[in-house]
Amino acid sequence: MKILRNSALLLIVGFMAWMMIHLYGQYESRDALNPVAEYYAVNGPEETGAANLVTSIVVTYRGLDTLGEVTILFLTAAIIGLLLRTEKGSRKKSVRESSEFLSTASGILIPVITLIGIYIFMNGHLTPGGGFQGGAVLASSFILVLLAISNKRIGHRLLDYTEAISGISFILLGILGILLAGGFLDNRILPLGNFGTLFSAGAIPVIYSLIGLKVGAELSNVILELNQIQGEEEEL
Amino acid sequence: MKIFELENISMAAGFLLLMVGIWGIISQRNIIKMIISFSIVDTSIHLLLVSIGYIRNRTAPIIGEGVTKTDAATQITDPVPQALVLTAIVIGVGITALLLTYSLKLYRHNRSLEINHFNSLKW
Repeated sequence: MKILRNSALLLIVGFMAWMMIHLYGQYESRDALNPVAEYYAVNGPEETGAANLVTSIVVTYRGLDTLGEVTILFLTAAIIGLLLRTEKGSRKKSVRESSEFLSTASGILIPVITLIGIYIFMNGHLTPGGGFQGGAVLASSFILVLLAISNKRIGHRLLDYTEAISGISFILLGILGILLAGGFLDNRILPLGNFGTLFSAGAIPVIYSLIGLKVGAELSNVILELNQIQGEEEEL
Repeated sequence: MKIFELENISMAAGFLLLMVGIWGIISQRNIIKMIISFSIVDTSIHLLLVSIGYIRNRTAPIIGEGVTKTDAATQITDPVPQALVLTAIVIGVGITALLLTYSLKLYRHNRSLEINHFNSLKW
């Protein structure tokens, strides 16, 4: 039985390896951009005003994909909330209070980490960064909040409102793009400004900040849901 | 030598990680280990996508000191795979969170994370 299992495993992995060696052998490194990338490189800075070309693709040219991506994250948070929901009142947490070091250090660190997160998503059109990265940094500061004040229950309400308002404003900005500029999620509804400054690239910083808030709220919600079952697992 | 170029090294590493991840998914019996293998497959695909977009002696697609606005097309690597990987990382986070939640549900139901103990669909 064991021999059969191992030989089947070897067969599958061997077949995959054979396939991948062929793929690797046929790969030739490129020395020029393909036409789509060349269009983005030539026209991107003029049309969107964003110095970071990846941002101009993610937010403007393929903005609809980003909307879908944010929707997937929202669905993930919603499904996790649905699956892990327990009856109200049955939740008893017997978690040890956090130590002096942890609570003092997180009091200093939480504002700094939050500031870095906000900096990352506001400068997404100039530097390597953006809404998703900044949102993840915001969520990491939320983990520190949960660790430092583990004996209190934290309400969902602020997170839920942040998520809902930023999501709705994202879609409204997209619809404004249809009315005032070239199409859905067009960033030229605001003036393009001076190239390479913070207030440039039209609506891209606004949209990326909204995405950052939304992603931060969603990831924090996921962490909160996973954290709240911790005390109850120990009782069982 | 072709194999010692940066894009070939990263692509070989990507394929190797892909193999490790697939081996882990089909051979491990603990659900948490399967989820870790899934994450390894995820990472390997990011590595493969980025190395497809790499062009030798070029820099990141951000216009600034190294890249001028007018001939950006001859100075930058391909920005499209990088945008795709940005999307893929976020989706990967969502999928991993969902998998962990399902594994938690399974553990609550069966008090076990060994895949052999879940045989209600076998006959």
